[in-house]
Amino acid sequence: MELLTPGTGLLFWQVIIFLSTLLVLSKFAWKPIMNSLKAREKFIEDSLESAKKAEEELVSIQSKNEDLLTEARKEREMIIAEAKKVSNSMKDEAKQSAKEMADKIILDAKNVIDTEKDKAMNDVKNKLAELSIDIAEKIIKNELSKDSSQKKYVDDLIKEINDSK
Amino acid sequence: MSIFKYPKSLLIFFLIFFCCYTTSLFADKKEDSFDMGGMIMHHILDDYQYEIVHGLAIPLPIIIYSEEKGLMIFSSSKLFDDNHVPLEKGYNGFKYYHGKLKPVEIDASFVDLSITKNVFFLILTSSLMIIVFILVARGYSKKNQAPKGIQALFEPIIILIRDDVVKKNIGSNYERYLPYMLTLFFFILFGNILGLLPAAANLTGNIAVTLTLAVFTFLLTNFSGNKHYWKHIFWTPGIPLPMRILILPIEIIGVLTKPISLTIRLFAAITAGHIVILSFIGFTFIFQSYFVGIFSAMFVVGLNLVELLVAAIQAYVFTLFSSIYIGMATEDGH
Repeated sequence: MELLTPGTGLLFWQVIIFLSTLLVLSKFAWKPIMNSLKAREKFIEDSLESAKKAEEELVSIQSKNEDLLTEARKEREMIIAEAKKVSNSMKDEAKQSAKEMADKIILDAKNVIDTEKDKAMNDVKNKLAELSIDIAEKIIKNELSKDSSQKKYVDDLIKEINDSK
Repeated sequence: MSIFKYPKSLLIFFLIFFCCYTTSLFADKKEDSFDMGGMIMHHILDDYQYEIVHGLAIPLPIIIYSEEKGLMIFSSSKLFDDNHVPLEKGYNGFKYYHGKLKPVEIDASFVDLSITKNVFFLILTSSLMIIVFILVARGYSKKNQAPKGIQALFEPIIILIRDDVVKKNIGSNYERYLPYMLTLFFFILFGNILGLLPAAANLTGNIAVTLTLAVFTFLLTNFSGNKHYWKHIFWTPGIPLPMRILILPIEIIGVLTKPISLTIRLFAAITAGHIVILSFIGFTFIFQSYFVGIFSAMFVVGLNLVELLVAAIQAYVFTLFSSIYIGMATEDGH
């Protein structure tokens, strides 16, 4: 039965020593340990959260970059297309103007030719008129003499004209 | 939550009871042969000296208060002669008789506050705890660093007790009870493991120790009990009036069985373990055979491993039940 009877001395010391251990440990061990554990847990939680935020930010930055890139690409394409258009239009214009110029040159040449031709025609006409007058003069002159010689004279005259031509 | 929910504890309790009884019978019959019961009881019970091996004993101070002589402090070695035999005439009116202190005059009353073997181990356990946990706490002086060394060993256990035992069972205001629960857990754990060392005292297997711890939990439970807790005991809601009269004594018994079950569970589990280990060692001396010696030694190694597990489980269970009781006393009405 001695096993089941609590000894007074041990009871007394157990109360005193356990309570003082509790007091000492609460103040010098449990309090700092618990505070540090809590602080560390909070630190880890915060770190995880900020890491998550950073990741999200990274993703958003990446998507922004992508957007910028596609925009830049689009702009480039637009610029190239415009440049092509400008160059094409410039080419067309140049062609047009060249054609116009050529047309004008040709027209001018034609005009010059026409005027020259008219001039020449007029000259020829004048010459012809002169010749005709000459011929008529000579014929009239011959009519005064014999008929036969007259005829021969006309023929000679025509021959003469033809040769001179 | 009564002892009847744990039939194993009850069984062990009766086994020990039976053991004590039979060993005392054996002790009377055979004086000269090996007295196993005496040996076991000698190891399990408290003593006024710390006997490491037979013949090598460290005397411990004896502190006695009696009304006639006042406070007396003297070494327990004064109770023995040079051959380590208790003196018949005693010292200061007290003599050592079968591990107990007895007054020479029959009717002298006294209070015994001696530093016995168990008190010595009690001081050892608390000193070890204080040293260990101040070292652990020192590991936290640098902020937000990964735990190292002794800190890394104890941190998971501290977190286990905090999160899975105290926080889970007590709820939101668990922080008030955390220092007590941690001290309780590590006191029992350290006491149990120290008790397994050779020549160590059976501190946590002593009913005075377990009773004190259980009473602490009991006081803490009932002092922190809220309105709902007391209403549930004295005016159980939801049942007819005549039944309430019947329920009241049951509820009061229920309040009292909690510390009793705590006391006996730890006491029985640890003491039973010591008895089993000592019995197997004792077989060697009963049979006087090498064969039995080798096998019982091997068996005792296995038993010690089991006891190590029991040491942790009992510390955990005591803390768990303390938390559950406090949690039940502080929870809000359903």
